[in-house]
Amino acid sequence: MAHSKDAYFVPHSTDYWPIVGSVGLVGMVGGFAAFLNGMPIGEISMIFGLVVFLIMFWGWFRVVIKESHAGLYSKQVDFTFRWGMGWFIFSEVMFFCAFFGALFYARSLSLPWLSGEGSGSITHENLWQTFEYVWPTNGPAGLGGDFEGMGPWGLPLINTLLLLSSGITLTWAHHAIVKGHRTQVIIGLFLTVLLGAIFMGFQVEEYIHAYKELNLTLETGIYGSTFFMLTGFHGFHVTMGAIMLAVILVRVCMGHFTPENHFAFEACAWYWHFVDVVWLGLFVFVYIM
Amino acid sequence: MSDHDHGPAKGLLRWVTTTNHKDLGSLYLWFAFIMFFVGGFMALIIRAELFEPGMQFVDPQFFNSMTTMHALIMIFGAVMPAFVGLSNWLIPMMIGAPDMALPRLNNWGFWILPFAFAMLLSTLFMDGGAPAGGWTMYAPLVLQTGDAFPFVIFAIHLMGISSIMGSINVVATILNMRAPGMSLMKMPLFVWTWLITAYLLIATMPVLAGAVTMLLMDKFFGTSFFSAAGGGDPVLYQHIFWFFGHPEVYILILPAFGIVSMIIPTFARKPLFGYASMVYATASIAFLSFIVWAHHMFTVGMPLSGELFFMFSTMLIAVPTGVKVFNWMATMWRGAMTFETPMLFAIGFLVMFTLGGFSGVMMAITPVDFQYHDTYFIVAHFHYVLVPGAVFSIIAAVYYWLPKWTGYMYNETLGKWHFWLSAISVNITFFPMHFVGLAAMPRRYADYAVQYADFNAIASVGAFIFGFSQLLFLYIVIKTVWFSKQESKATDQVWEGAEGLEWEELTSPPAYHSFTVPPVVK
Repeated sequence: MAHSKDAYFVPHSTDYWPIVGSVGLVGMVGGFAAFLNGMPIGEISMIFGLVVFLIMFWGWFRVVIKESHAGLYSKQVDFTFRWGMGWFIFSEVMFFCAFFGALFYARSLSLPWLSGEGSGSITHENLWQTFEYVWPTNGPAGLGGDFEGMGPWGLPLINTLLLLSSGITLTWAHHAIVKGHRTQVIIGLFLTVLLGAIFMGFQVEEYIHAYKELNLTLETGIYGSTFFMLTGFHGFHVTMGAIMLAVILVRVCMGHFTPENHFAFEACAWYWHFVDVVWLGLFVFVYIM
Repeated sequence: MSDHDHGPAKGLLRWVTTTNHKDLGSLYLWFAFIMFFVGGFMALIIRAELFEPGMQFVDPQFFNSMTTMHALIMIFGAVMPAFVGLSNWLIPMMIGAPDMALPRLNNWGFWILPFAFAMLLSTLFMDGGAPAGGWTMYAPLVLQTGDAFPFVIFAIHLMGISSIMGSINVVATILNMRAPGMSLMKMPLFVWTWLITAYLLIATMPVLAGAVTMLLMDKFFGTSFFSAAGGGDPVLYQHIFWFFGHPEVYILILPAFGIVSMIIPTFARKPLFGYASMVYATASIAFLSFIVWAHHMFTVGMPLSGELFFMFSTMLIAVPTGVKVFNWMATMWRGAMTFETPMLFAIGFLVMFTLGGFSGVMMAITPVDFQYHDTYFIVAHFHYVLVPGAVFSIIAAVYYWLPKWTGYMYNETLGKWHFWLSAISVNITFFPMHFVGLAAMPRRYADYAVQYADFNAIASVGAFIFGFSQLLFLYIVIKTVWFSKQESKATDQVWEGAEGLEWEELTSPPAYHSFTVPPVVK
């Protein structure tokens, strides 16, 4: 238990940020719910919530960064941050698991049943006698009309290469920060964020292509549902990760990190690698297979 | 670091900004207490309507809202926050830490809850009423919910966020803040069970978030996750939900195992029998909880191989659970037993939880479950494991640690009254449900056939006695916390047989930050 020897850190500031965060959160999701019900207050509440939420992030991290620079954090606090970030990423992995699970279940169980195989075949006999299961499918009722699936070897392949390269540039930046080469850190981080941004640009391009030319939309049955939800949530996480790395880039320029003390950098790097790995899963299971 | 032992801030705002584990523990516990009465009030509306056949007080839609809201509030608003409150209060004191590892996150985890439940309760007043499709929110029925629908979905998202924050904090605290010498296998069992519970929460709450997100998308954005017309499957929802839902029921019971494992040795004046096997049994139960989920859906038409797999994996759980029950009994065997209120509730837990476990094994048998599915038998089963199980353990914990927290003893006579009233009435309420369930009375209906009348009347009488007995509990707690007299001062050890850091090293009540200097554990 060597790491328990350091003194425990007790926050001494008055902490309004959590309650501010709660107000922001409830403003956002409550506003979104109201918006979905067509209530006019919805949009205002969402914007208000988002602004409050962003202010909270800014303020909370400001306090933490100040405390970190004041040397208030012991080795123990550092360990705590590491455990915290690690398990947070694990919870995110489980969130994606739910959507991958839906994809696997539909493709290997419920769709074969709908086309007359196995224990679910009675639905086929009674309701959808003409349905044959060929992936990609928008189901026996052909929801959303005729469409084409998204092929893997155009933009998705380029995007895979982009994200893999961004993992390399980020690792290069990490090695540089440990060695104290600030210029290399800045170049590496900048390239990572840039690659992430190009990735997102191509994702938008791909969505436009899907909606305009392939007639592939959210409403295109189970294929459209799983395709857009998986790639959409992934894209959202890439955006978050890129913003986080951009903040880190600014902080590197401000000289916030030392070769010994740069956990914020590492946490964001972990997050970026997690987003990378999820993309590999997507590329294999959503695009190729 | 001279001002480590600073006391609480002044004024009411202290409770909004506090980062102290004891303050937050109290907030969690009081929040859970309030929600316990709100959810209990809804239960009494249900039992009043079911007192006799025919429609008496409420319309069927509202009745269904009550069953749905009662479950959501009791699970996410009462039992889970109560356990988190106990973890906040006790884990730092038990492992020799001054506070939780992430104090600010701790505050945020709590202060999301009042907002989430305000949102959930506000749906009672919306067009179309509160959600009425059951707490499991099965598609496609739940998609018929009125204006309440998106608010319920987001309330659940908020509760999930809060739980994940709380769990990350518990994991970081236990793995990182133990006093020197407090090795993993020396940790009190309550700490162990919470560590494992926290892992379950981190692994499953995001899956629930995914499931309800799919519901939201199906309702508002035209996706077809749960619509066969588009190639999805309504049963898919049940699989994802119960992949969360079954670990969730162990989230509701593992900390209870921990509590009982602390209380029984104290009043039997013997160390816990089979400590290591308790730890391994808890871990086994947690592992198994991930591969049994489809026993909640034996009747949806799974392949035979699926039915068999989930039947056998479910029965396996009886093995580690049996180890625990055996160990608790062996701990009491030839002990110098006394029966103070916490011990009474712990023994009540042991007997009645085991009864609920037996009916669980009955329902694990797939062909038999075809008869029991969605009848009052399942209602009897899960109320036996949750009321005299989880809730009794929480009550036991409050009686057991209240003198440590406040420095004053509660009124033992009133405590015993509380126990006997609760223990008798809880059986009057839920035991008859086994009979009407086996006779095929379906759950979640506002009315029933006349042949079920007698047992339902008995159950309703029991429910009202149980409900009002809890007011006695409220009185005892309020009196102990705020109106104790000097002569009821508790000693530091409180209980003659109590062992562990919180009894041996800390005063009653303990300092604001318990261990500013970590104790050395031998």
